[in-house]
Amino acid sequence: MIDKCVADTAAALQGVQDGATVMIGGFGGAGQPSELIDALIAQGARDLVVVNNNAGNGETGLAALLKAGRVRKIVCSFPRQADSQVFDALYRAGRIELELVPQGNLAERIRAAGAGIGGFFTPTGYGTELAKGKETREIGGRMHVFELPIHADVALIQAERGDRWGNLVYRKTARNFGPVMAMAATLTVAAVHEIVPLGGLDPEHIVTPGIFVQRVVQVPR
Amino acid sequence: MNRWTRDQMAARVARDIPEGAYVNLGIGLPTLVGNHLPAAGSKDYREILLHSENGVLGMGPAPAPGEEDPDLINAGKQPVTLRPGGAFFHHADSFAMMRGGHLDICVLGAFQVSATGDLANWHTGAPDAIPAVGGAMDLAIGAKKTYVMMEHLTKSGESKIVARCSYPLTALACVSRIYTDLAVIDLTPQGLKVLDIVDGLSLAELQRLTGVPLSH
Repeated sequence: MIDKCVADTAAALQGVQDGATVMIGGFGGAGQPSELIDALIAQGARDLVVVNNNAGNGETGLAALLKAGRVRKIVCSFPRQADSQVFDALYRAGRIELELVPQGNLAERIRAAGAGIGGFFTPTGYGTELAKGKETREIGGRMHVFELPIHADVALIQAERGDRWGNLVYRKTARNFGPVMAMAATLTVAAVHEIVPLGGLDPEHIVTPGIFVQRVVQVPR
Repeated sequence: MNRWTRDQMAARVARDIPEGAYVNLGIGLPTLVGNHLPAAGSKDYREILLHSENGVLGMGPAPAPGEEDPDLINAGKQPVTLRPGGAFFHHADSFAMMRGGHLDICVLGAFQVSATGDLANWHTGAPDAIPAVGGAMDLAIGAKKTYVMMEHLTKSGESKIVARCSYPLTALACVSRIYTDLAVIDLTPQGLKVLDIVDGLSLAELQRLTGVPLSH
């Protein structure tokens, strides 16, 4: 019997290695898997590379992971925000590396990893600082930049509902990076607010098929 | 000098968005355009679908106080609503809508626009600034038309329409129209064409304030 459900968030984070690349879903607070981030802090892995759209808000969630000094490098599109003080201080002190990626490239590079694509050419960023040193090519009369996939060892995502096979549905704009990150990691951990029996999710509405998910854990809303 | 207010600028942009358009409004000044789209039931109502890069099409206005849903936000991370018929999707699909040329219009803020439509709007390049790009580079090259909304002049009175951007670029040759607090200007292969000008300002005076040649 396949049962990807684990008892708690500690079990969900078991085995995350020092130096791992960890994708964390969410766009600001929407879809941020807060309980899984807290469990990662408790689990203790260090020297992490984190992939997220932002670089933490306030003092909780991703910001708390950064504050605990566990992140070597962050790959994101929008680190600077009104409440990104934890990242700002680390960055200014030279204690964290930043790879800045245009948001659509971030999503597509993650998707490419999940889809087994070895990279892609995109017009995004052509002629800008963020394309410096990258291969370019004219395609259909337009200049494109070559972008590589982003793979991860672990993806931590938040979904609304799941079953023991790992099938997932999301809620509103909390979906954001969840489906592509689930595809791109060796170990995808989904926190859900509700676990339903097999067949409890309409197969026409399943957004992330369970093949992309290794562990499911229930967390309170 | 007479200037259009931020709301008058937003209303002017809104007037140019046609029936059936799929539109992305950038963070800041462009977000105001949403408040000026004709409301359902009004005589000039047009069906216009707002896209937000965090995965929503058919975005509605801000919810009533107390009705906010932390799972329903826009790209500025402010609470919004969904109109009947609206849809949610993941980030890669959302940017496919942009990059794939499916959006009709994108309205962005800017630090500078060059006469050839280069856009600088993501980074001042200041040595102590922490860079953040978000979806700006994807939006600028993705929509069928990229409009810019910005003040015509910097705080120190320099033209933000320039021969060549001095700030780091967001994208090359992507802007097709500029809405400022003084004028509406089309970027054409023949150069900059003034479509509209604030009351009381002459074309000669506008030209004196603007860093590059204008025609009417």
